[in-house]
Amino acid sequence: MDRDLLIKARGIGVNFEGRQILSHIDLEILQGQLVTLIGPNGAGKTTLVRVVLGLLAPHEGELQRAQGLKIGYMPQKLFVEPTLPLTVERFLKLAGPSDLEASSLLEEVRISHLLKQQVSRLSGGEMQRVLLARALSRKPHLLVLDEPAQGVDVNGQVELYELINAIRADHHCGVLMVSHDLHLVMAGTDEVICLNQHICCHGKPEHVSTDPAYLALFGRREAETLAVYTHHHNHSHDIKGAIIGDACCDHHADKGTHNHG
Amino acid sequence: MADFVLYALLAGISIALVAGPLGCFVVWRRMSYFGDTLAHSSLLGVALAILLNLQMQVAIIGSCLAFAALLLLLEKKQALATDTLLGIIAHSTLAFGLLVLSISDRVQVNLNAFLFGDLLTVTQADLLWIVSCCLLCGFVLMLFWKKFLAITVHRELAMIEGLAADRLYALLVFLIAILIAVAMKIVGVLLITSLLIIPAAAARRLSSTPEQMAMGSAIAGCLAVVGGLGLSYYWDTPAGPSIVATAFVSFIVVYLKPEAGSR
Repeated sequence: MDRDLLIKARGIGVNFEGRQILSHIDLEILQGQLVTLIGPNGAGKTTLVRVVLGLLAPHEGELQRAQGLKIGYMPQKLFVEPTLPLTVERFLKLAGPSDLEASSLLEEVRISHLLKQQVSRLSGGEMQRVLLARALSRKPHLLVLDEPAQGVDVNGQVELYELINAIRADHHCGVLMVSHDLHLVMAGTDEVICLNQHICCHGKPEHVSTDPAYLALFGRREAETLAVYTHHHNHSHDIKGAIIGDACCDHHADKGTHNHG
Repeated sequence: MADFVLYALLAGISIALVAGPLGCFVVWRRMSYFGDTLAHSSLLGVALAILLNLQMQVAIIGSCLAFAALLLLLEKKQALATDTLLGIIAHSTLAFGLLVLSISDRVQVNLNAFLFGDLLTVTQADLLWIVSCCLLCGFVLMLFWKKFLAITVHRELAMIEGLAADRLYALLVFLIAILIAVAMKIVGVLLITSLLIIPAAAARRLSSTPEQMAMGSAIAGCLAVVGGLGLSYYWDTPAGPSIVATAFVSFIVVYLKPEAGSR
């Protein structure tokens, strides 16, 4: 494997009880690269994340990890039983080494005041930052973030994505992020992968946003919202793209023909 | 103090000291029904021991561990919802245990002792057995405390961070099984889970860390044992129910107290 390559997946396929969830997935994540995974509900985003995390063995294909790869994972949400008394500090120390500096981690995600707060009393946005701090606690080479902005209001989302970008720059780690709101994450994303059981299209965000497969999946409205945020890029929307059927996959029945590059 | 009271006290306290922290996990992981099921299944162990003329304590621990393994296996298969599964096993093992006991007329069995405990008949040999089992459980629990906590807070996060969550969970379940098998002598099949749950629930109100809750739970359990035995000694009430009743009163007292701001 290349020195900069953190994860390299070739031809990943997963099926549950005969139902194909993922097929022919190729994925590479480089050091310092931010890869965003988008796709409709049921597209297999979480399944792919579980494969990358090593929680699920793919039924087809192979997944290579850089030697000694450390992954920091931020789950979609965390529910802590109210019967379990747990401070933020203690929660962070569950992961890392025993001399872990919980306070400096919290400083990095800008919530140092929450050190002694009970986890069960955090707001949605605070919880996401605590989870991000936990993901960082092992000094990971790769951050895997599953819808990091869930349950966070719009202003908070922008801040959170900025924070993630700042962290990526500081730690120079790779990031694999699952997201619904492409228009918010665009700015920092190197590579967008549009998933619907297979990879429909992928590439730079401005390229993906005009791809007929993307437009078919997300519809014109979403794509135009996106354009508002990226119109300084040199591209134009071909409205015809939206007329393509309701799921991109229908047009790629023959998987051999389209480009996974 | 008479020997039998001393033995009872020591046996009760050693169980309470381990049941407290272990019971916290039962509360945190919502496993109270799981504990009940294991307890009920241990009656089948009693019945089999009598039928096959096995050493009683070994048979009880053996059946508890066997049913714990069976439950882990079935839970993994996810053939039925867990609570349905537990309900089936809990009550059928209890029924089969009672059936077997009723047809085996070889020995006169004091059924009440198994159902509600018989702490005051603890012998020196029993005490040795109970204390060594509790020492073992307590030692393993301390050793794996942080890991058990990590898989309880978030299983997948813990797995990604390198913990073998399934194996740790199995170990935790086996510890609970051993404790239940041993505690049967104290409060009996029907009341065992209360010894795991009530002190932990009482301690929750006064704690802001998991370790505080574990300590508080152990202390609450010891108070219940001492109080219950006192009750039993002076008013001649059955020991097992007296202990559970005392634990319940301590729980109520803690919850009547206005909530402290420290949480």
